[in-house]
Amino acid sequence: MDRRQFLKRSTAVLTAASAGVAPWRTANADAAPIKIGLMAPLTGVVASGGKEMVEGVQFYLDQVKSEIAGRKVELAIEDDASNPDTALQKARRLVEQGNCHMLIGNLLANTGLAVANYVKGTGTPYFIPIIAADDLTQRQRIKNVIRVAGYSASAFTHPLGDWALKQGYKRIATVSQDYTFGHEQCGGLAQVFTEGGGEIVQQFWHPLNTADFSPYLGQLADLKVDAIFAMETGADATRFIQQYASFGLKGKIPLLAAMNGTDQSVIRNLGEECDGIISPAHFAEGSDNPVTQKFTKEYEAKYGKIPSLYGFSMYSGMMWVAEALDKMAGKVEDRDAFIDTVLKTELTGSPLGKTVKLDAYGNPIYDVYIRKVVKRADGKFWNIPVTSYPNVSQFWKYDPETYMKQPPYSRTFQGIKKA
Amino acid sequence: MTIPQAQSRTRSYAGMSGPAAITALTAVAAAAMLPVLLSNYQVGLATEVLIFGMLAMSIDVLAGFAGRTSLGHGAIFGVSSYVVVYATAQLGLQPPAAFALGVVAATLVAAVFALLAVRTSGVYFLLLTLALGMIVWGICLRWTQVTGGENGMRGDVRPASLLTHAAFYWAVLAGAVAVSYTLWRFVRSPFGLTLRGIRDSESRMRSLGYNVSVHLFIGFTVSGAFAGVAGALYAMFNNFVSPSTVALAQSVEGVLMMIAGGVGTLFGGFVGAAAIIMLENVVSAHTERWLMVLGTTFILIMIFAPEGIVGKLRVMLTRKPR
Repeated sequence: MDRRQFLKRSTAVLTAASAGVAPWRTANADAAPIKIGLMAPLTGVVASGGKEMVEGVQFYLDQVKSEIAGRKVELAIEDDASNPDTALQKARRLVEQGNCHMLIGNLLANTGLAVANYVKGTGTPYFIPIIAADDLTQRQRIKNVIRVAGYSASAFTHPLGDWALKQGYKRIATVSQDYTFGHEQCGGLAQVFTEGGGEIVQQFWHPLNTADFSPYLGQLADLKVDAIFAMETGADATRFIQQYASFGLKGKIPLLAAMNGTDQSVIRNLGEECDGIISPAHFAEGSDNPVTQKFTKEYEAKYGKIPSLYGFSMYSGMMWVAEALDKMAGKVEDRDAFIDTVLKTELTGSPLGKTVKLDAYGNPIYDVYIRKVVKRADGKFWNIPVTSYPNVSQFWKYDPETYMKQPPYSRTFQGIKKA
Repeated sequence: MTIPQAQSRTRSYAGMSGPAAITALTAVAAAAMLPVLLSNYQVGLATEVLIFGMLAMSIDVLAGFAGRTSLGHGAIFGVSSYVVVYATAQLGLQPPAAFALGVVAATLVAAVFALLAVRTSGVYFLLLTLALGMIVWGICLRWTQVTGGENGMRGDVRPASLLTHAAFYWAVLAGAVAVSYTLWRFVRSPFGLTLRGIRDSESRMRSLGYNVSVHLFIGFTVSGAFAGVAGALYAMFNNFVSPSTVALAQSVEGVLMMIAGGVGTLFGGFVGAAAIIMLENVVSAHTERWLMVLGTTFILIMIFAPEGIVGKLRVMLTRKPR
């Protein structure tokens, strides 16, 4: 086959291939299943978390045999590529082409915010068990965006600040990834801690994907603080915890972490370095609550790993939607009623072993555990509860109206009370 | 690499030869029919193709005609998106005013880029524009109070009259036609010819008495202004902007679209944009390894059609009579 012949053939193949794209727009099954559009970052910087999100959803659907309120469930999975522009495009596809009744998922705050802005226009119910951006259930709330089984970033660090005061800590330094999720978590801690008389000695902000923490650790070691708060996710968390130990700080200065820093997705790759780190969260995989134990055991049996926040949250989020649909006989087409029912539904089957309800802003109210990383009998590490703060609101003990009058936490506003 | 003008200058319509005018009219008419035939979502994709086609075309003005491949056009594009969203959401400007402001901002940024980059060529030009683009990205990421940092900015940018998919598509199409025509005239103008002269031999142009730097500066700025038009439309398309819009990946995507369509073909940008956006969307529905498919496709294009899709077609068409 000479070159020209080859070109002709390949053109023919290409034409045929593009013709094959045509059936692409056929849709509409006859049995009218409930269509759920799941978006998760399956490629890009947070791909490993995205895969666990999909696992969590599938774990739930397997348990209910892909049936909610007597109707079949059709799950459409799309990769948001950890990029807001892609997320937006995939959301359009799921809503406009896939005719999904609802969207669920996304991991990074910027992807969630982009999709939230889109569904504000279409009215599609959008559930965000992972997106923690405070303002989505506070200052810029959108009614059809509901944080089922999720949490707002600063909700758990408020009680951590209180706990730190009770330990007698006077001086804390924070080190955090320099983006909104970090600003919000540090802000929560800083506000409660300084209002209670503590002092935030210094705050370090480093770019995402920092390979070497020694410049920060060197300074942290000299600050003479009572504890260090670290807000790290993913590979940064792994590196930080390892380097914290190799710098000899482990055991000398107590390390407090944001919940994502000691999540299973991080500590399942670590050894002794992560032992003893404190973090606040609603979910502790090592809790002795029988319901939590059952969930952890079954998940581990199925996927060969202790469930992370991602798997747990998506699992619970799906359950929340299902419980709401059960109440209204599966009439997912009636959007307004669906949204109202979800907002009113109290999640009874949660792996937390407790009933969870939403506040007036669409954010769940949890009992927040202060957790500690310990070694399990089989040598793996997990988080066990040390103490618990019941019914923690995303506004902590502040009045929602006054709280929302202060600016959102950012690099420049950390809620620090001037002494 | 010449503009198709096989026919002699018997008659011309708005500067186009008869057959070229007919081809252009048919293409525009076919494009205008799309919203009737396609679903809403597909119209959305087509809109995106037009917007990115404009970006690819603006890069082609420099790459194909002045011999300078820019890796900073994604940033210029994104600056316009940022300014449009900021102007409507924070300053409360009307969409047309915001649009104009976005294009002006992009032009200014392009002028600054041009001042710094016109004296270089080849790899140095590539690296300098890349670095300048990274600076813009860094600013958008870190200047949280204004840009919203990692989270980006949201706003209702699109004017009320263009809310439906079809209406917005037609508006973008009108914009794309205007931009294409202007750029086409631009590269064929005497000034455009000097750019081609600079591409082929900078020293000869200099000895002929042309001020090479000034010509490149103007070429770059004009190209940037049109990237700004695309960016402003993109802001209206998404009602949202975040650092990924100004990131290096955006510039690279524009360059890849231009290369896939054909360097120096100008309208190849639309074909390249269509090819890449379709691939992204069709393939990603079937496999999460879609990036791999995209990469393989690029390698195949580079091996079998290094002159790009439109360039290849053109070669095949002109060869036929023999």
